[in-house]
Amino acid sequence: MTTRPDDVGGVPTPRKAGEMVGERAGPTATDDAATGLPGFRTWRAVYVAVLGFFALWVGLLALLTEKFS
Amino acid sequence: MNTLDYVVLVGTLLGIAAYGMWRTRGRRDLHTYLKGAGDTRWLAIGLSVMATQASAITFLSTPGQGFESGLGFVQNYFGAPLALLVIAGVFLPIYRRLDVYTAYEFLGRRFDQKTRLLGAALFLVQRGLGAGITIYAPAIVLSTVFGWPLNATIVCSGLLVVIYTVAGGSEAVTLTQKYQIAVIFAGMLAAFGVLLAKLPPGLGFGGALTLAGGFHKLEAVDFSFNPDRRYTIWSGVCGGMFLALSYFGTDQSQVQRYLSGASLRESRLGLMFNAVCKIPMQFFILLLGVLVFVFYQFERPPVYFNESAWRSAAAGGAGETLRAVEADFTAAHAVERQQLLAWIEARRAGDTAAVEQARAAAVAARGKVDAVRAAAKQLLAKEPGARANDADYVFITFILHYLPHGLIGLLVTVFFAAALSSKAGELSALGSTTTVDFYRYVIRREATDAHYVAASRWFTAFWGLFAIAVALLANLAENLIQASNILGSLFYGVPLGIFLVAFFLKKIGGTAVFWAALASLVLVWGLYAALNISYLWYNVIGCGACVILAAALQLALGGRSGESSRP
Repeated sequence: MTTRPDDVGGVPTPRKAGEMVGERAGPTATDDAATGLPGFRTWRAVYVAVLGFFALWVGLLALLTEKFS
Repeated sequence: MNTLDYVVLVGTLLGIAAYGMWRTRGRRDLHTYLKGAGDTRWLAIGLSVMATQASAITFLSTPGQGFESGLGFVQNYFGAPLALLVIAGVFLPIYRRLDVYTAYEFLGRRFDQKTRLLGAALFLVQRGLGAGITIYAPAIVLSTVFGWPLNATIVCSGLLVVIYTVAGGSEAVTLTQKYQIAVIFAGMLAAFGVLLAKLPPGLGFGGALTLAGGFHKLEAVDFSFNPDRRYTIWSGVCGGMFLALSYFGTDQSQVQRYLSGASLRESRLGLMFNAVCKIPMQFFILLLGVLVFVFYQFERPPVYFNESAWRSAAAGGAGETLRAVEADFTAAHAVERQQLLAWIEARRAGDTAAVEQARAAAVAARGKVDAVRAAAKQLLAKEPGARANDADYVFITFILHYLPHGLIGLLVTVFFAAALSSKAGELSALGSTTTVDFYRYVIRREATDAHYVAASRWFTAFWGLFAIAVALLANLAENLIQASNILGSLFYGVPLGIFLVAFFLKKIGGTAVFWAALASLVLVWGLYAALNISYLWYNVIGCGACVILAAALQLALGGRSGESSRP
């Protein structure tokens, strides 16, 4: 395996601020969209669940504080 | 420690290291050496991210923190899940789409060469020093407790991790971290079980929580806006998110871990695993410390947990004073114990008035115990052997005095496994960044993969030896750990500012952000020289200044700043 062509060398290419070089085609649909988790069809659902779990933990810790203080 | 403990310690550490080297033998292509074979599943990534972050001090000191201050420290981690969600949703897809080896390579693609090199240089300086502290901090505690020579402890543990990290690269790091974290979990769960079994009869887990609550050890969440309070939910969510975003999102030692995933899905799930597990894990470790506190209400603890420093001071001129302090401590602790036993008895009998009376008496007695300990700490403050915080010695003292042989070896293995796993992640990242962002990008652009793998091995070895040297020098400078933390904070905010501009402010180009970053570094260093504020604030100042100055400079430069940039 040799070095990747888009990583080194090359002539400086004029570009506008914010434009990225070496960007490839986006990830495939199967790589990006499918979570592979039962009950979670989208990543948004996974993120909401993680956020919910975080809120649950903070709530439980607040309850623990209230009960034993 | 007896022979069985040493067999467990040496056998486990060498076994895991040897397995990692054997499984990754003969790796010759750069992609596999720096990113792994590309088949790493989410659980291995999640454990690897966790192992890199959790160093030996996490498992040595955090129970001590729980012992001293209770559960409040858990709030420091409240920002981590939120930061990990942002990284999984925004940072990670871009890193993977660009197929970068390092986070700074992304800066090169998004901005230009000079910004990439600046980001990489800031990482190397900060993490290079940090890797030394990763070895030094547990070595000073363990060598003091066991009477091992400090320098030999530093060199042996340092060289072991250098050997397998150099030999196997990132894949070996991920592989060994999986087993090291399994040993860590097993050891901590075993300690928890033993601790519960050793609580006084009739107390139970619920009673232990009630007792700890009576001493304000279970105040996990503080909603107050009082700036004098060290840990509140607000500082935890805001400051914690800021720090976690910087650490997990822009520090190559973490970025390299989750870029090794087989797919975007595996990397994301690895991060989500940490978002879910981080708070419960820290809570569990702090709770362990709280239970050690409860345990020591019924068993007389040492006045000063760093017993080696205590013995050394007692043998010197302060011997008479320390013996008097010890006698006061024994008397105060006996009174407290008696009141607590009365409290348990009153609870069993259901006598509410007696419960309250005994609890109040125990709290008063506790005040006396704390006062004696505070006086002892003051006396020991100037003792050369008492360099580390005494709370760092609480958990290891409990382990050595109350755990059976074999389990002692397992718990000491936990501390070393944590030190090795976090240092391996750091060294691998330092080697990768030096190879990809400097050597291959600036010095030698055209070479074979075998050449770059060899270079990466040399750079990893160099950083390993550099870290060992920093750890050895730390022995000469008592406040080097704090100095290193300050240095880290003075460097950490600006790189986050660069990355936030890269991800969220698309109209700002390389020239603007580069000069803004340099100006922000100067500003942070100037403020540090002029002001006397907590060094943690410099993370916020550095990041904020970089973003604002970059936006202002871009406005002044118009559309020109990115036009001359170079991939």
